[in-house]
Amino acid sequence: MSPFDYARASSVAEAVARIGSGGAFLAGGTNLLDHMRLGIRAPQQLVDVSRLPLTDITRRDDGVLHIGAMVRNSDMAAHPLIRQHMPLVAQALLAGASGQLRNMATTGGNLLQRTRCVYFQDLTTPCNKREPGSGCSAREGFGRYNALFGTSDACVAVHPSDLCVALAAVDATVVVEAAAGERRVPFAELHCLPGDTPQHDTSLAHGELITAVEIAPLPFAVNSHYRKVRERASYAFALVSVAAALDVRDGVVHAVRLALGGASHKPHRAARAEAALIGRPAVHEAFLAAADAELADARPGNDNAVKLPMLRNTIAAVLGGLAAGVGA
Amino acid sequence: MNLPVHLSVNGVPHELSLDPRTSVLDALRDHLGVMSVKKGCDHGQCGACTVLLNGRRVVPCLCLAVSYDGAEVVTAEGLGGGHPQGLHPLQQALIDHDGLQCGYCTPGQACSAVGMLEEFKAGQPSHVTPNLNAPFALSDDEIRERMSGNLCRCGAYVNIVAAIREVAK
Repeated sequence: MSPFDYARASSVAEAVARIGSGGAFLAGGTNLLDHMRLGIRAPQQLVDVSRLPLTDITRRDDGVLHIGAMVRNSDMAAHPLIRQHMPLVAQALLAGASGQLRNMATTGGNLLQRTRCVYFQDLTTPCNKREPGSGCSAREGFGRYNALFGTSDACVAVHPSDLCVALAAVDATVVVEAAAGERRVPFAELHCLPGDTPQHDTSLAHGELITAVEIAPLPFAVNSHYRKVRERASYAFALVSVAAALDVRDGVVHAVRLALGGASHKPHRAARAEAALIGRPAVHEAFLAAADAELADARPGNDNAVKLPMLRNTIAAVLGGLAAGVGA
Repeated sequence: MNLPVHLSVNGVPHELSLDPRTSVLDALRDHLGVMSVKKGCDHGQCGACTVLLNGRRVVPCLCLAVSYDGAEVVTAEGLGGGHPQGLHPLQQALIDHDGLQCGYCTPGQACSAVGMLEEFKAGQPSHVTPNLNAPFALSDDEIRERMSGNLCRCGAYVNIVAAIREVAK
């Protein structure tokens, strides 16, 4: 691990004032320190934000859930407000990592996780995300985990977070502090598609600090679910995942939110499927048709076409469960 | 440049001067000689280094010691404080149930299980909890899911689960 200067920030303002051009914020450390040890990242400076007082989850008078960026994943998953109002968010958190890592990892850090593409993590192989211009090993190599949507010649990696899939489904807002002041980023605009610049995972500028995630009221999210499909029963990244909330009235889909994980460089909001479901009977055939509408745009490679039936069936199963009222 | 770091380990205070790159794991092993804490993967994947840090189970391989200045750490050596023969009931149960073979992962399993039982008592749900908003029991499925961050390559899982089940009663 390369040497770095270490400083602990005692306020958000101090953190964004102190961060230098070669610096990185340190929160839970579960991704950053691993990458520093692997040699993927070598920040010259760490500004430790782990003790900033951003550890509360509150429900404002307007019903908005405010989740501090330093809330640990385990605390967020266990919080009564999250469990009651946003079961898909709690389930997504609980589907990720291990008990130990959830006790360490923060809300803000979870949003900034980097891909688990094996070539990104292997310094001996080309990777445009790690070393722009070096090439993409995943296009021709081990491709089982590659993306289906929004890939580019430069990168076929997927975003690894479970939490982000749920937050994409419920249209969360990310509160960001920069030297110039606070700004608010709609969740759909936080993460990027790879294009020609796969080294960028998000639209955040260097030195901007996530201070909170906010979720506007979504009453029908009490009937929501997150389902993860993976190669082990626990403690593995997703092959695919589905986050959904469903509001059925008189047997007809009144409202629906659907987002897919393991599908793209960013959490994939399934807008086509949602549009295909509104006003339709909440039955299995309609769920499959909606999945087909969404997956029509998918561009699988040689190794990951298995994700198509996997997503199709998982979408239908999750929506079917929610229609039957066995969501959370 | 080294930085001063204060760590309490199993109730004993220590003043250290550490390179900022030093993990809590390396501080424990290389600077304080606490050898129950195993460096399995050093990437947060195996759980062999699990300790209780400020009362919660974590993997100290991914904790910078400077970031945890002032923390209270409990390792397998310290779990049994106040118990007969210096063994926590969970440690005794691991012995009684043959919950180990080579023993390398055992200190981490013990710390993880003690932390996990506290999480369960606090009502924290897990991935296999059927209903997030209803009471639930600590089934074997719950134990297995909650302990999935601790790998045992000998495959002593069946008896580790039995040991935890007994203590959880």
